[in-house]
Amino acid sequence: MASYSTNEFRSGLKVMLEGDPCSIIENEFVKPGKGQAFNRVKFRNLMSGRVWERTFKSGESLEAADVMDLDMEYLYTDGEFWHFMMTDGSYEQHAASREAVGDTIDWLKEQGVYSVTLYNGSPLSVSAPNFVELQVVETDPGLKGDTAQGGSKPAKLSTGATVKVPLFIVEGEVLKIDTRTGEYVGRVK
Amino acid sequence: MINEQWRPSASMMALRERAQLLRKARAYLDAQGVMEVETPMLSKSATVDVYIDSFATEFSPIGHGTSQLCYLHTSPEFPMKRLLSAGSGDIYSLGRVFRNGEAGGRHNPEFTMLEWYRIGMDDRRLMDDVAGLLSSVSNFKEVRRCSYGELFEEYLGLNPYIASDESLSQLVRDKIDIKLQGLERSDCLDLLFSKFVEPNLGSSNPKVLEGYFVYDYPVTMSALARLSTNSDGHPVASRFELFVNGVELANGYHELLDAEEQKKRFEEEQRMRQERGYDLYPYDKNMVSALAHGMPDCAGVAMGIDRLLMLMLGTGNIADVLAFDFSRA
Repeated sequence: MASYSTNEFRSGLKVMLEGDPCSIIENEFVKPGKGQAFNRVKFRNLMSGRVWERTFKSGESLEAADVMDLDMEYLYTDGEFWHFMMTDGSYEQHAASREAVGDTIDWLKEQGVYSVTLYNGSPLSVSAPNFVELQVVETDPGLKGDTAQGGSKPAKLSTGATVKVPLFIVEGEVLKIDTRTGEYVGRVK
Repeated sequence: MINEQWRPSASMMALRERAQLLRKARAYLDAQGVMEVETPMLSKSATVDVYIDSFATEFSPIGHGTSQLCYLHTSPEFPMKRLLSAGSGDIYSLGRVFRNGEAGGRHNPEFTMLEWYRIGMDDRRLMDDVAGLLSSVSNFKEVRRCSYGELFEEYLGLNPYIASDESLSQLVRDKIDIKLQGLERSDCLDLLFSKFVEPNLGSSNPKVLEGYFVYDYPVTMSALARLSTNSDGHPVASRFELFVNGVELANGYHELLDAEEQKKRFEEEQRMRQERGYDLYPYDKNMVSALAHGMPDCAGVAMGIDRLLMLMLGTGNIADVLAFDFSRA
């Protein structure tokens, strides 16, 4: 496997650090006028999600991680695994564990396309697009006259997630949700 | 798609600020009776500083003859000291210097350095001069003057003049990175100081340039400064650095005058470069001869003009203050 030197580190690069695949968040070149050069690097550990700050002598290198982000369509869950299929025409399927699916479970809709991160060929994590469209399956009827105050109420979506919505939203409507914040964006006509 | 790489990396506003800054810096030094000098950018010798790399090129005579290896200067220090020894009086140089391998964030492989020497001044008096210049070109406010040791103890609880090499490397492993091994004493000091002290030296408000002068450097970081003894009787280097809003801005020395000692330091640095497998450069023997002839007692300082402009404009990216940064050069 290839390796990368500190001067090739850039954000998004996937490398192995102490046995775990990590994604580089930030790489800062530090050099006092008369001193040795170092690189202060921030990583996200792709296994734990934890952020690491490490310091290297400039010129040191790290092994590349066999990590790929691929677009896949969500098919179904059997309760133990969540099954995805490649969208490149190969119909290749991958089974993601509950841990790999993580919080994205709130936004998983059959036939929706998600970004699946493969590490050594198996799903490590699943991330949702920034916006998803989901149907409201349960919400209290809005109270008349409250719309002017811009009040909100909880609504349960088809995925099981609950989001705050304006009072005028009724069951059966399809909503656009920002998956980064879990916030309601608007109604889909 | 149109290629936008032709455009400057700095705004026109930043370039006007730069022009004004250069004008005001010259005006201050001219008024002080300091003479501007230009020194060779191309030289047969180079700095042998362990962690500064020079660009090398070749002079090839037209027709025939042997070509001559030469280097782009990394600072005008050596020829300026030859001028001082030849009786120039107070002098300054304002121009581009080159450092190989340094690019990204606050670094560009060529940058503008203002370097000046004042005869009869020591490092303490030169700090006043630096503060005077900065106050005349920017919204500079000196906040504190303290020794390297004082600050190091304040933020890290260790006396940097007497702590053992082992206790310093242990502190690096505990506080910076457990995997960092085989560092020199100066590397440990630099890493700890830059991470735990420097960010606190100044204001987070970019409207005011708050300055901290740090003096009495540990002897392992003496470079071209003479050595002296601090009030606790520990040997220290008569070197100071100025930090403004967390950024290293200037580096000054009460200059070493002893030719023999200078030669010893050059040779020691060459040995260290060789040990590490770095490129070897010839040091300036003419500068040693100038010291042997006799250089007047003086103090000198080098200031990063791009860094100063970055501070004045509140940016952390050197590309914002250069007409064309390295990626567009």
